Amino acid sequence: MAAVTETLDTVQSVTQSGYKWGFETAIEMDFAPKGLNEDIIRLISARKEEPEWMLDWRLKSYAAWLTMEEPRWARVDHPPIGYQDLHYYAAPKKKAGPKSLDEVDPELLKMYEKLGIPLKERAILAGVDPDTVENTQIAVDAVFDSVSVATTFQATLRKAGVIFCPISEAVREHPELVKQYLGTVVPTADNFFAALNSAVFTDGSFVYIPKGVRCPMELSTYFRINARNTGQFERTLIIAAEGAHVSYLEGCTAPQRDENQLHAAVVELVALDDATIKYSTVQNWYPGDANGKGGIYNFVTKRGACRGARSKISWTQVETGSAITWKYPSCVLLGEDSVGEFYSVAVTNNHQQADTGTKMIHVGKGSRSTIVSKGISAGHSNNTYRGLVRMLPGAANARNHTQCDSLLIGDQSGAHTVPYIESRNLTAKVEHEATTSKIADDQLFYCRQRGLSEEDAVGLIVNGFCKDVLKELPMEFAVEAQKLLAVSLEGSVG
Amino acid sequence: MSTGATGFLQRYEDAVGRLPGDSALRAAAAAAFREAGLPGGTQGRRIEAWKYTSLRPVAEANFQVSPRHEAETLLSGLTLLDAPRVVFVDGVLRGDLSVLPAVSIARFADQPDFGTLTWPDREPMVALNTMLATDGVALNVPAGVDGGIVQLVSLSGGQGDFHPRHGIRLGKGASLTVVEVAAGQGAYLLNTVAEIHVAEGAHLTHIRLQDEATTAFHVSTTYADVQAGGTYDSFTLNLGGRLSRTEVHTQLSGPNATAHLNAAQILAGSQHADFTTVVSHAAPSCSSRQTVKNVLGGRSRGVFQGKIAVARHAQKTDGYQMNQALLLSPDAEVDSKPELEIFADDVKCSHGATVGELDAEQMFYLRSRGIPDAEAKSILVRAFLAEALDAVANETIRGLLETAVEQWWERQKA
Repeated sequence: MAAVTETLDTVQSVTQSGYKWGFETAIEMDFAPKGLNEDIIRLISARKEEPEWMLDWRLKSYAAWLTMEEPRWARVDHPPIGYQDLHYYAAPKKKAGPKSLDEVDPELLKMYEKLGIPLKERAILAGVDPDTVENTQIAVDAVFDSVSVATTFQATLRKAGVIFCPISEAVREHPELVKQYLGTVVPTADNFFAALNSAVFTDGSFVYIPKGVRCPMELSTYFRINARNTGQFERTLIIAAEGAHVSYLEGCTAPQRDENQLHAAVVELVALDDATIKYSTVQNWYPGDANGKGGIYNFVTKRGACRGARSKISWTQVETGSAITWKYPSCVLLGEDSVGEFYSVAVTNNHQQADTGTKMIHVGKGSRSTIVSKGISAGHSNNTYRGLVRMLPGAANARNHTQCDSLLIGDQSGAHTVPYIESRNLTAKVEHEATTSKIADDQLFYCRQRGLSEEDAVGLIVNGFCKDVLKELPMEFAVEAQKLLAVSLEGSVG
Repeated sequence: MSTGATGFLQRYEDAVGRLPGDSALRAAAAAAFREAGLPGGTQGRRIEAWKYTSLRPVAEANFQVSPRHEAETLLSGLTLLDAPRVVFVDGVLRGDLSVLPAVSIARFADQPDFGTLTWPDREPMVALNTMLATDGVALNVPAGVDGGIVQLVSLSGGQGDFHPRHGIRLGKGASLTVVEVAAGQGAYLLNTVAEIHVAEGAHLTHIRLQDEATTAFHVSTTYADVQAGGTYDSFTLNLGGRLSRTEVHTQLSGPNATAHLNAAQILAGSQHADFTTVVSHAAPSCSSRQTVKNVLGGRSRGVFQGKIAVARHAQKTDGYQMNQALLLSPDAEVDSKPELEIFADDVKCSHGATVGELDAEQMFYLRSRGIPDAEAKSILVRAFLAEALDAVANETIRGLLETAVEQWWERQKA
């Protein structure tokens, strides 16, 4: 939280007037004072120009949050979070970024280079201010590029009838849809962090794919201009109507420095009859330094409801960043013959802690789910798979197959598997397999003998280990994700 | 008379001066039990280790000292091995019904020894036992001696609650086979705690046959410590009880130690059986093996929780766990939580779990050969169970278990 405090204190000292005017004249303010109370929520709602019902919804969530306790069951360890010591609203107006690439942390640039990110994109990712950039041509081009790309895309989407906009815009423009679906998959009081998010969310995407439409392109937050600075409390809602199809990409392989330490996002997916939603994430937020200092706390609630018959929701995630990850993208399989999938690679190094997995709740007849989880722990990190497969009495002939494999690199890390299997239907079939092993010496020897460096060899073996998941990623991500795995494990061998 | 945790605490308060052994230890256990209560017995309080089993019915029961039942009749109805036996009736050792073994035995009532491995502060039911235990047996097999087979028979009745406390200690290179048989009549609670020490190169075979009355509560907690090259080979068969919980904590403390924690649970009606194990690999090059099978009919519920924990220095660990459940009825439920907790990198650990009904193709194969439905089912279930029982190496003992399973089938038909 120190970084947040510092940044905002600086802003505060520059614009001394902020505090003086208090909430009522908040229009001029760039940030809200520290702490969380009903007034702050009213402020957020007012700044987002939200209708009354949205404010009520937030306040109800806040009331629920006050009665809840932070979950302690995950295998993660962190000092207590001072919820009253955070700023819950800071205007999207950006503080001055680095003037040129020369001012950017060389470590960060080295990473970009390894990931093979084009030069002009590097500047954007590093947050270089395009107006003040010295080599204007590159940065401006890049920005123009993405603006034009985004605009072209918006036109195509509009033609198809797809709604893809910031969630706050959807609250204003499409209240009937938001009202109908928001909080129906992840109820406001679902868990501590979801309740917090429901009270204070400020950013995120809204997607609606109308009946029978196959979204003409893969949707990505990367292309939504105002979403580049990911919010602290993101809220995403994706609805695929009957027969609709959409693939959504979240995140970016490039490491992103973010001043917010606590991230508590909520993602809700709704798939109606015959609809398909594919949600892919590459998460590479700041994991803290080699000694475990700093880094993002990523406490996310992601859940999809397969409401319709033959609907399908597929989660794919590559998690390499964050100091602490607490994330269980889940599927509630309500529809007959609905399908849930979860493909995950979680890499932890140094002092990172990841407690991640999924829940597959089978309600509908003939529902099927597949879970493939690959955990890699190196350094002093701890990596836990925690998953639930539940077959309810109505889930006749439902099927689940789970495969979770852990790979340990070095003798100071931990790999843990905590699956829960509950079946209340005799015709349902559940299979679970889990293994834990290390990189075999003979595999390493084979690669080294053929002239690969030890790090390249480990990268190669790890990529092979993760192949089942990586092949589920959309093309845009797949290549970068492979490089990312190798980069994340740097320094863990030899 | 008050029920639940308060009732037990009241009993402890009343008896505190007369209970044998270390009174400070009992007081600490009572304090821990007062704090924790019965798992599931307090509204709104959840304990992860008791996620799938609630002792609420135990908390609601009113246990009381009941009139003596005919232990002799119960005993004569049991199938036992032709081997020494130590018989407990309502938790008290009965010399007149026992055939004492050659190995050295000591009664807890005479020489109370609470041992060193148990955690009353973590396990409420162990705290309860520590608080109220009055009898039990300590078996000691000296180094290099083969102690043969010893049967520990528990016969319970009425509505009482019994808390036997056993200890088994094997010297270096010693060997022993312990067969525990628990049966009874009534709505009693049997809450046993056993502590086991297996020294270097020693070999303990531990068989449990739980065939309690289907109105009774059965809780059994075992702590075993296995030294270098030692083996703790255990098999549990849970057939009876309204609600049972078998909990085994095994620590592999020396290199090349081995643990087998196999089990089968066959349930019907509204029975609930929970088999919970923790294997701690605390030394390098140890191995652990587990095959656990559940066959669930009626409205029964079978639970398996198995944890393999590998310490940082326990390199070359080989851990394997297989858990399978067969549901025979639309109202049966299985809950399974196989868990791996691994801190060493050079290990080979895996677990597998399957849940399902009888294979339709196999059924078809048998039915198409003219075998009636019920018989075909029974053939397939037996085959499923045979795999688990195969883990019992001693043929005589396996025979005893098979007989118990047969009798169980007969009872279901009746």
